[in-house]
Amino acid sequence: MSAKVINITMNGLPMEVYEGMNVLEAARIMGIDIPTLCYDEGLSSYGACRLCIVEIGPQDRTKVVSSCTYRCEEGLEIRTHSKRVMDTRKMILELLVCSTPGSKTIQDLAAAHGVITARFKPEHEDCMLCGLCVRMCKEQMMATAIDFAGRGPDRRITTPFDEASALCRHCGGCMFICPACSSRCMGPDADTTLCSSCLNLSPSCVEVYDHQQCWMPPGCGTCIRPEGDYLPATGRISEVKTEA
Amino acid sequence: MSLDNPIRSSGELEDLHGVLVERRSEDHLCISICTGTGCVVGGAESVVDAFVEVISEMGLEEKIEVKPTGCHGFCEMGPLVTMTPSGYFYPQVHARDAREIVEKTLLNNEVVEKLLYHDPQTDEAIAREADVPFYKHQKRIILAENGHLNPTDIEDYISIGGYKGLAHVLDEMNPDEVITCVIDSGLAGRGGAGFPTGKKWEICQKQPSEPKYLVCNADEGDPGAYMDRSILEGNPHRVIEGMCIGAFAIGASQGFIYVRHEYPLAVERITLAIEDARTAGLLGEDIMGSGLNFDLKVVRGAGAFVCGEESALLKSLEGLKGEPKQRPPFPVEKGFQNKPTVINNVETWANVPHIINNGPEWFVGFGTEGSAGTKIFSLVGKVNNTGLVEVPMGVTIREIVFDIGGGIPNGKEFKAVQTGGPAGGCLPTSMLDLPVDFHALQEAGTIMGSGGLIVMDEDTCMVDVARYFTKFLEEESCGKCYSCRKGTQRMRELLDDICEGRGTPGHLALLEELGHAVNTASMCGLGQNAANPMLSTLRHFRDEYEAHINEHRCSAGVCTELIQYTILEEFCDGCAACSKVCPSECIVGEKDSLHTIITEDCIKCGSCLNVCTRGAVLITSGGGV
Amino acid sequence: MAASDASSASTVEEITPPPLDMNEVDRILEQHHSDSTELIAILLDIQDALGYLPIPALRHISEQLEFPINEIYGIVTFYKHFKLTPPPKHQFTVCTGTACHVRGAVQVFREFERQLNLDTTICNTTPDMECGLETVNCIGACALGPVVIVDGEFKGQVKQTRVSSMIKKATRSSGGDTE
Ligand SMILES: Cc1cc2nc3c(=O)[nH]c(=O)nc-3n(C[C@H](O)[C@H](O)[C@H](O)COP(=O)(O)O)c2cc1C
Ligand code: FES
Ligand code: FES
Repeated sequence: MSAKVINITMNGLPMEVYEGMNVLEAARIMGIDIPTLCYDEGLSSYGACRLCIVEIGPQDRTKVVSSCTYRCEEGLEIRTHSKRVMDTRKMILELLVCSTPGSKTIQDLAAAHGVITARFKPEHEDCMLCGLCVRMCKEQMMATAIDFAGRGPDRRITTPFDEASALCRHCGGCMFICPACSSRCMGPDADTTLCSSCLNLSPSCVEVYDHQQCWMPPGCGTCIRPEGDYLPATGRISEVKTEA
Repeated sequence: MSLDNPIRSSGELEDLHGVLVERRSEDHLCISICTGTGCVVGGAESVVDAFVEVISEMGLEEKIEVKPTGCHGFCEMGPLVTMTPSGYFYPQVHARDAREIVEKTLLNNEVVEKLLYHDPQTDEAIAREADVPFYKHQKRIILAENGHLNPTDIEDYISIGGYKGLAHVLDEMNPDEVITCVIDSGLAGRGGAGFPTGKKWEICQKQPSEPKYLVCNADEGDPGAYMDRSILEGNPHRVIEGMCIGAFAIGASQGFIYVRHEYPLAVERITLAIEDARTAGLLGEDIMGSGLNFDLKVVRGAGAFVCGEESALLKSLEGLKGEPKQRPPFPVEKGFQNKPTVINNVETWANVPHIINNGPEWFVGFGTEGSAGTKIFSLVGKVNNTGLVEVPMGVTIREIVFDIGGGIPNGKEFKAVQTGGPAGGCLPTSMLDLPVDFHALQEAGTIMGSGGLIVMDEDTCMVDVARYFTKFLEEESCGKCYSCRKGTQRMRELLDDICEGRGTPGHLALLEELGHAVNTASMCGLGQNAANPMLSTLRHFRDEYEAHINEHRCSAGVCTELIQYTILEEFCDGCAACSKVCPSECIVGEKDSLHTIITEDCIKCGSCLNVCTRGAVLITSGGGV
Repeated sequence: MAASDASSASTVEEITPPPLDMNEVDRILEQHHSDSTELIAILLDIQDALGYLPIPALRHISEQLEFPINEIYGIVTFYKHFKLTPPPKHQFTVCTGTACHVRGAVQVFREFERQLNLDTTICNTTPDMECGLETVNCIGACALGPVVIVDGEFKGQVKQTRVSSMIKKATRSSGGDTE
C-alpha cells in the first residue's frame, strides 16, 4: 500500500509529504521544533496538551489546530511559529507551570519559551492528564488497566472504581512514559531544577521512604500523597518497588 | 381511532387527509390546552381533567373535543387554553374555571371577562389569541402548529397536511432536486454554527461510502433554551417527516434522534410518534410504497452538555464517552461508525417539510440576506412575557424584548441580553437595535447559537453572569484539552477573585490574555467559545468589572462578599419578621421597635429582604446602593 | 419494578446495598441484544430499574458485553446522570440553568444547603441518606424559574422562604425526619 504524495506549505516552504501524515510529523521532518507533551511516536495521537498547536489556512482565514492530530491535506498552509501560536503556547505553558511545577519537562519547556511569569494561584498537581500512560497501557502493554474517569474538573486517570486492577501487570510502562513523574526534577538541586518546589513537600519522601530504596527521584511524593488523590499509578509505585 | 392499514401510496394519504378534514370541519368545537412542561408545572393536567369531566357530565363528548397540545409558547401565562374555531384565548386557567368556559364560551360564544388576558401595558382585555401582543408580533410557522395539534395523534397531524411534503418528494422529485430546493431556501443550521443545511446534505450525498446516517440533535444543553423540547413534545411528526425527506435526499437508511434524558416527556412523545408513523407506513420499509427504507431510533443522552457537539454526540451514539474528536474528518465524511452522517438540529429538521410544501422562495421571503426563514428564540430571564417566540430573522432585539416580551418586570431598567447560550455573549442596551441574524450577531461578538435569549435587568451583575457561564463551561468541559479544562478553571478563579473583592487591575489584563488563549488553543466548539461570556461582558461592561475591583462595589447587589444588608429606620415598624427568619440570628431589636443587623455575623442569605413587607431592608455595596 | 426496594434499602442500618437482582440486569441486557453500542441505553435502563448502578452489576455487564471495565467506569463517571451510590429517599433538584440563575436560583440552593445542613462540595446527601440535593441545568420550564424538583415533582417560582416547608412536606410524607 503506497501512500499518495501531497504538497503542503510549511512556514512558507513547499514540501511533499505522504497523505495521512500528521502535521507534527511533517514539521519534524523539516527539522522544525514544535513542543509537545502528550505526543509519543509509538502511540496514537491524542491532542490533550495543546502545546503543539499550529496555525493553518490562508492568511486571512486561519485556524489554530493541534498539529499532532491534524492530518496533512493537499495544499495545506501551515505556520508553526506565528505570533498567535507563540502567545497561546506561552499562556498554556504558564498554566502548566502554575499547576504542575514539579515536572522538569514542563519547567524546561516554559524556560525555553521565555515564560517568566506565573500569575495564577500555585497548585501542586502532578498530572496534567496528557494520557500518555493510558495509551501506553492500552496500546503497547495491551493491558487497559487504567483509563480516564470523570469529566471536566473531576477528570482523572485511575483504575476502575479506584481499586487495584486485576489487569495491571505492574510493568511500569505508565511511569516510564509519564512526563511528570519520569522526568521529575531531581530534588532540590539548583543545577538541574528551576523551581525546587519539592522542598515544600513535607515531609519529603526521601525522609520517609528512603529505606525502601525507592528508585523514583526524591520529591516525587506519589507514595506519601494522602489517600483519595487519584493519579496515575498511585499505589502501584510502591507495589512495583516491593516486588523489584 | 387509529389508522387501520399502512398507507401504501401518496393517493391513499390524500384520501385519508380528505376524510380527516371532513370529519373535523362540521361545526367542530375544540378546546386546546397546553400541556407543555411550563403549563404542566402550572397545573395544566388538572385543567385537562376538569374539562373532560365537565364535558362528559354534560354529555357533550361528541360535540366538543378536548385536546391536550404541546407548548403554545406563552409559558409565563400558563396554563393556556384556546378555543377553535372561535379563537378565544384564556391564560392562567384553573380547573375550577372549566365549567364556566364550557357553558359560556363554547356553548354560547360569549367571553368570560374575568379570565381574559389583560395587556399589562394598556390594561386592555384581549379575547383572541391572535391579538395578544406576545403573539401578534411573531411570525409563527413551526410553533403555530404546536397549539392546535395533539402530539400523540398522528391523524391530527395528517389532517393539517402532515406528510404531504414527504409524499410530494417521493412522488415527484429526485434526491438532487430536493437538495437543490433546500440549498435555494438558504436554510442554515439552527443548532449553533449556522452551516447551510443543503450544502451539508449535498456533501454527504456525494460520499461514496454506504450506509449513510441521519441524526437529529435534540441534546439542547443550552441552559435556558427549550425550543427543541417544545417541538419534539408538541409536534414530533414534523421532525420525523423532515428526517424522512432528508433520508430520501441523502440516501440514508437509518436515523437517530438524540434526546437528553432530562426531557422524559419528549422521549415518550417522539418514541410514540415513531411507532405510529411506522404502523402508518410512513416510516420503516418501503415508505408509502415508494421503495424508500428509512427507520428511526431514539437515543437518550445521559447528562453532558458537550454531547451536543456533533463529534461528541456521535461518540455518545456509539455508546462511548462523549469526547469531541478532531475534525476533519467531518461527520458528513466519517460520522457514525465512520460512515457519512448528517447531523441537524431539531428546528432545522422541522423546517424542511415547510420548505418542500411552500417552495424555497417562500422561505427566502422571511428574514434577511444570508439568514433566511424564521428562528425560534427562547425568551427568558427578567422579562414580562417569558416564552418561546418565533420571528423572522432580522428583527431587532428591541422588538423581541419589548414588543413581544413586554419589557422588563417591576419597572426595572434593561441591562443586557445574552444570546447563544453559554458559548455566546452579552449585548448591552446600545445594541438593542441590532437585527438578529447570523452575521450581525457574529459582528457584535456573540453568536446565534441555538436561540436562547436571556434578558437581564439592573439587578443582574454582569461579572456574576460571566462567572456563572464560566463555571458552567468548566463543569461541562470534557476535560481533554488542557487549555479548556485548566483555562476555564483559572478564568473562574479570577472571576471569583473579582466577585469576592480580591481583584486587582492585573486581573483584567490576565483574563483577556487567558481568554484569547483558551479560545485559540482548544479543539472543539466548547473550548473555542469558552471565553466568550467573559470576553463579551468585559468588552461591554468593563466599568462594572472595574467597580468591583477598585471600589469593591457590586451595583446590582449580587456578589455577596461585596454587599451589606442594613435596615432603614424610616421604614422598619419592628414586626420582627426578619429576626424570626434570620438563620444566623444576627438581627436584633425589640418587637415594635427598630431592628438592626449585626453586619459581622450576617451571612448575607437575603432571608430578611425576602420577608420584609415594608421594604425596610436595603442592600448597599461599596458605599452605594 | 425494583425501584422501591432500592430506595427502602437506603437507610442508615442497611448501608450495604441490597442483594443484587442480576436477573433484572440480564433482562435489560437481553432487551438490548447485548449490544455494546447500546451501552448508555443499557446503563440508563439499569439505573431506572435499580435507582443506581451497583458495581457488581457493572462488572457483570463488562463480562457479558466483553467490554473493558475501565471504559465502563469512564463512561459512568463521565455522564452526570449516572450514580454509583444508592439514591437518597428524597431528592431535591434545584435548576441552576441561566434563566433560573438570573431569577435567584443560587439563593434557593444555598437555603437548601443550609436547611439540610449539607455542603454539596463534599457530599450531596444527608448522612442518613434521607435527603439529597442536586442541581440540574435547565429542565425547560424557564418561565417558572427558579424551579425545584422535589421527588420528581416540579415546583415553580420557588422563593427562599418556601424551602423549609418544602423539605418538611416531602420528608413528612414518608415519616422521615431530617430537622
Ligand atoms: C459545546 C457544544 C454544544 C452544542 N450543543 C448543541 C445542542 O444542544 N443542540 C444542537 O442542535 N446543536 C448543538 N451544537 C451544535 C452542533 O455541534 C451542530 O453544529 C449542530 O447540531 C448541527 O446542526 P445544524 O446544522 O442543524 O445546526 C453544539 C455545539 C457545541 C460546540
Ligand atoms: S502533543 Fe499535540 S496536543 Fe499534546
Ligand atoms: S433555566 Fe431553570 S428551567 Fe430552564
